[in-house]
Amino acid sequence: MLKIKGLQASIGDKQILNGIDLEVKPGEIHAIMGPNGSGKSTLASVLAGREEYEVTGGSIEYKGMDLLEKSPEERAAEGIFLAFQYPVEIPGVTTINFLKTAVNEIRKYQGQNPLDAAQFLRLVKEKAKLVNMNDALLKRALNEGFSGGEKKRNEIFQMAVLEPTLSILDETDSGLDIDALRIVADGVNKLRSPEKSTIVVTHYQRLLDYIVPDYVHVLYKGRIVKSGPKELALELEEKGYEWIKKEAADIV
Amino acid sequence: MKETTVLKDLLIKDFAQLEASANGQAETVFFQQQKEAFQQFESLGFPTTKNEEWKYSNVKNIINEQYSFNKPTGVSEADIRALDTPNLQGNILYFINGVYQPQFSRIVSPVDQVLILTLDEARQSQPDLLASYFNKLARNGTDAFTALNTAFSGDGLFIHVEKNKVVEQPIVLRFISDTRQGNAGIMARIVVGVEENAQVKFAESFRTIGEQKSFTNIVTEIHVAESANVEYYKVQMESDAASHVGTTQVKMLDRSQFYAATVCLDGGFIRNNLNIVLDGQYCEAHMYGLYLPDGKQHMDNQTLVDHRLPNSYSNELYKGILVDDSTGVFNGKIYVRQDAQKTNAYQSCKNVVLSPSARMNTKPQLEIFADDVKCSHGTTTGQLDEEALFYLRSRGIPKNEAMALLMFAFCEDVLANIRIDAIRENLEQIVAKKLNAEEK
Repeated sequence: MLKIKGLQASIGDKQILNGIDLEVKPGEIHAIMGPNGSGKSTLASVLAGREEYEVTGGSIEYKGMDLLEKSPEERAAEGIFLAFQYPVEIPGVTTINFLKTAVNEIRKYQGQNPLDAAQFLRLVKEKAKLVNMNDALLKRALNEGFSGGEKKRNEIFQMAVLEPTLSILDETDSGLDIDALRIVADGVNKLRSPEKSTIVVTHYQRLLDYIVPDYVHVLYKGRIVKSGPKELALELEEKGYEWIKKEAADIV
Repeated sequence: MKETTVLKDLLIKDFAQLEASANGQAETVFFQQQKEAFQQFESLGFPTTKNEEWKYSNVKNIINEQYSFNKPTGVSEADIRALDTPNLQGNILYFINGVYQPQFSRIVSPVDQVLILTLDEARQSQPDLLASYFNKLARNGTDAFTALNTAFSGDGLFIHVEKNKVVEQPIVLRFISDTRQGNAGIMARIVVGVEENAQVKFAESFRTIGEQKSFTNIVTEIHVAESANVEYYKVQMESDAASHVGTTQVKMLDRSQFYAATVCLDGGFIRNNLNIVLDGQYCEAHMYGLYLPDGKQHMDNQTLVDHRLPNSYSNELYKGILVDDSTGVFNGKIYVRQDAQKTNAYQSCKNVVLSPSARMNTKPQLEIFADDVKCSHGTTTGQLDEEALFYLRSRGIPKNEAMALLMFAFCEDVLANIRIDAIRENLEQIVAKKLNAEEK
């Protein structure tokens, strides 16, 4: 589904990704871990098409397409979803209207007829139930005045409605207490399917207790320095990142 | 001796003619005030950009033109209906080139709720009542356009609401400049007296027919007595060849509420002065403004909030989106006089400038002479929020759509405060359409 080869990216004149190789197959969950500043969020942003980042080398192939050719909205319409680390507050736009626009723009891109009001409301109701999203929040301005937990839940709710094939969760666990974390993880697990893949970007192992990855990759200084099965996450939790840094230093 | 201009010369001739034809009217209290105001206009002259209040708004293109003032043209019913606001109920009064047109208008509110008379009618049938409101708030001594308006205040409207009356239906004044037969000049004077504990909502809208130039000079005086409640909306949707100088002068007494929204959608040159004197305690004044200039349009909003007595509240929010080579001005003055302790006065002006050649000038001015007050002001001028734009795009909303959505949300902050539903809904549609067009 996703093949990243030798990906390099920079912001301003600062190079952040120094050659990433990663392959994600349908149905897989990959965790990207690493110390702060290692480039985890940059990788997530580059996948979603954030324009501040300049890709200076390498390639990203997604469902056989050159992903780097696509705008953020085209990527979304092709099934890529980024759950933001810091969901943006947008006053004056209600969650429900925003989502209706998003759903119908994606349908338009895919050559489908737009959903009418009744169909859309049915979809929203069903998905809100799935991720325990409070109806009252949907009528409010997008993320405005939402608590940290509500914002993250709103991300997962949007993911449920948009039904992406590749979801990227960027530090979805940051700022969440354990109950909120469990609810968010629960939502993600309910949305799993053999065709859908997920990349979980996280600093801590605790989210991976709830969203169990198939592979764990450790990112350091813009490179994947170690990959392994889910047990690697536990090892990182136990030993911290210092040994990885040392190992990486030895390689370089 | 002040400089002469084409327009000034013309007005001197026009006024001499008015005086000559006044005959029996010349001795009335109204005409005496007109005469005095004309002298004030003559000595003030039109402002130049050397005048601090007019630094960013140059009127030289307006004052070197000829206009034929207050000459109604043959506008057809179809022309008028094409400009109607869908679903708008209430009192709707049409003015063509400043002159009231009863044949297109409808007054539905009963006379025991509200008195609506042309100035001419009021001078005839209610001279004393009119005299107690007319020209009481106008600043003829310092503002040339106001003085000029007072001097020529033949056409216009008098609205009077008696004590404890609630006017249920809105009163909408629709000013149409018809320039198809030449440059049109419009002078109109609106006098509104709202007595104790009475309520009324009214609106002024400005439209243009035709391609030639127009110049509107309108002054609205609004008296809000104790515990009265007044809503006032001004909507400008004129042509690029239209110039507008409008002054709304408001005086509020104890426990009264005044609520204003000014929406500048289109117009070549717009200058709005909204001056509110809070001459009472426990008053509440709300002011909202939105301006969306494009092309070479110029939109200037000046507000003055004068807190004279303790315990009142004022709040002001003005927002603008500027594109192309347009320019905008916001100048918000707040005075808190020495007696006005416990005043709460807030002001905010937010602008989005989408083109490198568009320019916004903002100048908040607070002058506070009392020591126990809460005041704040803030202005921002910038681009659309990039992070919000990316967020919307990452959910599949194309860039143009996302920008339009964000801009509409920005405007909705102001539009949501218009409490005449049909006007608000109509404006929401027009604004959405305008923002979409600008993005494509």
